[in-house]
Amino acid sequence: MTMSKSPAEIFGYSFPDIRETQLLIVGGGPAGLSAALQALKLGLKVTLVESGLELGGQLVKQTHKFFGSSLERAGTRGFRIAQELIKELTPFKGSGQLEVYLSTTAIAVYPERIVLLSQLSGKVFPIKPKAMIIATGAQERMLPFPNNDLPGIYGAGGIQTLMNQYGVKPGKRALIVGAGNIGLIVAYQLLQAGVEVIAILEAMDRIGGWWVHAAKVRRYGVPILLKHTISRAIGKEKVEGAVIAEITPDGLKDKYQVECDLIGISVGLTPTVDLLRQANVKMKYVAFMGGFVPLRDREMRTSQSWIWVAGDSAGIEEASTAMIEGQIASTSVAKWLGYISEEEAKREIDQLWARLGYLREAEVSSKVRKGLEEVLVTWGG
Amino acid sequence: MWLEEHPILDFSSKRPKLVKFYFEGKEMWGYEGLPIAASLHANGIKVYRYSTRLNRPRGFFCAIGKCSSCFMVVDGVPNVRTCITPLREGMRIERQRGLGKIDLNLIQGEAGSDDNV
Repeated sequence: MTMSKSPAEIFGYSFPDIRETQLLIVGGGPAGLSAALQALKLGLKVTLVESGLELGGQLVKQTHKFFGSSLERAGTRGFRIAQELIKELTPFKGSGQLEVYLSTTAIAVYPERIVLLSQLSGKVFPIKPKAMIIATGAQERMLPFPNNDLPGIYGAGGIQTLMNQYGVKPGKRALIVGAGNIGLIVAYQLLQAGVEVIAILEAMDRIGGWWVHAAKVRRYGVPILLKHTISRAIGKEKVEGAVIAEITPDGLKDKYQVECDLIGISVGLTPTVDLLRQANVKMKYVAFMGGFVPLRDREMRTSQSWIWVAGDSAGIEEASTAMIEGQIASTSVAKWLGYISEEEAKREIDQLWARLGYLREAEVSSKVRKGLEEVLVTWGG
Repeated sequence: MWLEEHPILDFSSKRPKLVKFYFEGKEMWGYEGLPIAASLHANGIKVYRYSTRLNRPRGFFCAIGKCSSCFMVVDGVPNVRTCITPLREGMRIERQRGLGKIDLNLIQGEAGSDDNV
């Protein structure tokens, strides 16, 4: 490893009481939960840490039904998928095979395979796993425009959290920027919550998300303005309106001024890779996958032999593929730790890859397929 | 405002206990255990802090503890991520101005595995 300083060198002492675990999973979203279930079924001892108040990640705020195959629980609403996964974990918790830390953030990785966990109470403590799966998900991108920092301008995912997870009406009149899947879904969910949606703006000349989601909002009469964007927000202490501009060959042309108390920004996600960077995992910038992502082999293993990755932190995709990646990673960990044979692992991982292939057939997955060509490697040795 | 009716989600039957808390000294009500930011938003409070250099109002943004936009001073402790910190009865919540000062005496607590699965 190339990291130079150990905790002993940095803090001047070694940690007195280092908890040990076989598999540490960072992130309790779809990738982390599925990874945990798979590892537990294969007999491993698992520690799962989640920075938020509850498990489920972005699933808990998804009220729509998922597509794909029944193996990935298609036809089930996202929040119910989270409930099902959490329920399946419960017996393992009772048996002591699984330990879950909520409100706990993994803040540092050291070359001795030590990970520092920080809890809301202020308590920080080290844990030493044999293997780690990083499933830290993604964060929302911001769009540069004047006044984009005004309260009332939120990430579209942030709006979902406020509204679908905690039951807060996020505003009265909303404008959505970005007609990808999240923008379209959030617009529909705002309507369900009784919020007026003025329009969805899309800079491209086509809708980025699935047609079925676009059709749902169009049926409610919400316009989707292609080649339009927000040129500025209006307001002093909080957002009171916005100026909508057309994107022309000569630049932005202001066209409409609207009143709104909520603007949802849905212009894509960036993988949350802070821990991977700290661990000196080899990364590559791949625009198709949302930014810097780790190189990984077919088993989701990174350049650090004890670290695997799964879900959006490996490249922006879908909850369904994240769940499969989590299972692949745990299968690989189980093989490495001697819980299943090479042959069993290969058979299982081949099957999981076949399911990934099926989910990635769609046209909207073409970016992911191209991105994978750049990050999928074979580690020597 | 709290959502009461929803075509898919059932909020009203599942709400936790209503508790009293203080925002800038003013008495408010919110749900215990839900994030502080949620109860503030439902009470119509959207400005959570003022930025360090330009003193601009900042509010909620990512809701998952990643962006730092919702930092507030909670019971004297600054830089609290109010989007992932649960509301407790009697909490005193203030808007944060600038960076805030950390009083190390206020930080305490024991590490523990949660039973919430």
